[in-house]
Amino acid sequence: MPDNLAPWLAIAGLGAFHGINPAMGWLFAVALGLNRRSRGIVWSSLVPIALGHAMSVLAVVELFLIFGGFVSARQLEVAGGLMLIGWAAYHVCYGHRSRVRVGMTTGFAGLCLWSFLLATSHGAGLMLIPFVSSICFPEPFAPDLDRSNSWASGLRVISVHTGAMLLVTATTAALVYEVVGLAFIRRAWLNLDLLWAICLAGAGILLFL
Amino acid sequence: MVTLTPDPSFYPSPRMAQKAPPEQLAYVASFDPERQKPDALAVVDVDPKSPTYSQIVGQTEMPNLGDELHHFGWNACSSCLCPNAPHPHTERRYLVVPGLRSSRLYILDTKGSERQPKLVKAIEPEEIAEKADYSRIHTIHCGPEGIYANALADAEGNAPGGIMLLDHETFEVRGQWEIDRGPQQLAYDFWWHLGHDTMITSEWGLPETFENGLVPEVLLGSGYGRHLHFWDLHTRKHQQTIDFGKEHQLVFELRPAHDPTKAYGFVGCVISLKDLSSSIWTWYRDGDKWAVKKTIEIPAEPADPDQLPPVLQGFKAVAPLVTDIDLSMDDRFLYVSCWGTGDMIQYEVSDPMAPKETGRVRIGGIVNRATHPKAGKLSLNGGPQMVEISRDGRRVYFTNSLYGAVDPQFYPDGIDGWMVKLDVGENGGIAFDESFFIEWPDGRRPHQVRLQGGDCSSDSYCYP
Repeated sequence: MPDNLAPWLAIAGLGAFHGINPAMGWLFAVALGLNRRSRGIVWSSLVPIALGHAMSVLAVVELFLIFGGFVSARQLEVAGGLMLIGWAAYHVCYGHRSRVRVGMTTGFAGLCLWSFLLATSHGAGLMLIPFVSSICFPEPFAPDLDRSNSWASGLRVISVHTGAMLLVTATTAALVYEVVGLAFIRRAWLNLDLLWAICLAGAGILLFL
Repeated sequence: MVTLTPDPSFYPSPRMAQKAPPEQLAYVASFDPERQKPDALAVVDVDPKSPTYSQIVGQTEMPNLGDELHHFGWNACSSCLCPNAPHPHTERRYLVVPGLRSSRLYILDTKGSERQPKLVKAIEPEEIAEKADYSRIHTIHCGPEGIYANALADAEGNAPGGIMLLDHETFEVRGQWEIDRGPQQLAYDFWWHLGHDTMITSEWGLPETFENGLVPEVLLGSGYGRHLHFWDLHTRKHQQTIDFGKEHQLVFELRPAHDPTKAYGFVGCVISLKDLSSSIWTWYRDGDKWAVKKTIEIPAEPADPDQLPPVLQGFKAVAPLVTDIDLSMDDRFLYVSCWGTGDMIQYEVSDPMAPKETGRVRIGGIVNRATHPKAGKLSLNGGPQMVEISRDGRRVYFTNSLYGAVDPQFYPDGIDGWMVKLDVGENGGIAFDESFFIEWPDGRRPHQVRLQGGDCSSDSYCYP
């Protein structure tokens, strides 16, 4: 068990937050199952959805870690903070406007791509940066930090995050497909866009401070 | 215009949408054929319990002359709940109203002003020409990538016509929809199968062949549209053309099945050069291609040439002129407007390859001039044209004008606008609501009808 539990809880919590969001996967899995009248499709769709999400988060976190090997902790924090605030601004202005590339006839590769693009534009990986930063580059900042160690930590971050996301996505998809029915999204689909933009900007500002 | 929970008028599936509460208001595009006064969007009370039932209770005039308001639509609808491109917290609130003749687009806000929609934005033809190189805006649909508007011509009035995209929140023109249009040149209507990632477009003609009326030589030379085009909805590339053959002219309104698992739909062909008949074709999936089959043929009716307009006298027959069709939300009944003969026909289309007639009423018509119980006069002109169905399928509304320049070719003594309503039996059958007849005021003519909260040609769905 890591010494510092808080960032790990946050990393898992963010995964669960994505998992429960209808826009990030479970609803697509349910829709494909309903359209193709197949329970199996609901379950098999979860694999590319989780994979796409993991690849997006992996790319961002590893880029951050590579970058982190070359600059000071302060520079890293400022860069991460700017990215987060920029992403929040993009979300507020253009979040509603997206080129749709993947439709209802899609397969494994299409779902994987969809999930990758969605997680990337959502800023799922960026949002992990403050926590990755505290896990991989603990204070006081050590310039001779073992890079392989931090990369392994990065992989652990992605596993925990995506695992939590997949668990919640699968549970929600199964509940909606098997028990609750689709009508409930008419009321239960809460608008978390603004909250998410605030989280992104807030995390960015925290990195700055 | 952002909400905490989805707009209550969005339904995941057509099955759920059928249970929507009955509409209380209808919006009707009305235009002045003389282009002397502004066109208007009229608001009609369709709540039978209201003291002003069957009356125009509000009206918004446009700020210009000669727009010829056409097939308008909503900024957002049930497709906002699609899982691949959700916009669940956008409100169904704005009507996007195109001017077919002016190439202008009006944005009207209905929130808090349901009976008197407020004009909040006009997109001028210059902006559309610059950003999308299109003109003659015809039909609006809300869909996965925002608002889709189609145009019958490019900015100079030539081919190709096509589709453009508008931002559904800012109403900014985002540009042409097509990435590869293949052989497509003409445009008329468009809609899609969300469950099959397929866009379908149909064909009329270029402005020079309709803005001063239909040109008989072009028609007899089979120069108007006769193709269906199938596209990949997401790569935006043309995939397939189906030619209806030289005999068939004017392939118009597209009504795909609402159930996203079904890969079929219906399209009306206005006229056959062989015998003046109209026809309905069913398109369907055949292996990895699309195919069509003529499933309904409506014959012309012999008539005394003295009773016919010049354009039909030589044929001694009145053409049915099927100019609009509409499919009920449960994909069970197809309504077919015969603008020439004056019939509104209901077909049972549960088997889309074998429609069966289940109801028919007659009103107006080139020869028949049939009246309505509440009309208070012996004869009516114009015929069943733009038709709209309530989401529960129990009420059908229609108006009687086709297009300003074409109306006098078939109704030379003019068209006095009217709007009527049919009641639908639980298992089919249609009859006039004898208390619903609206004589259209101010010399304007009514065209497209949209029902508050959505109707059978406004929303598309991603879930069965």
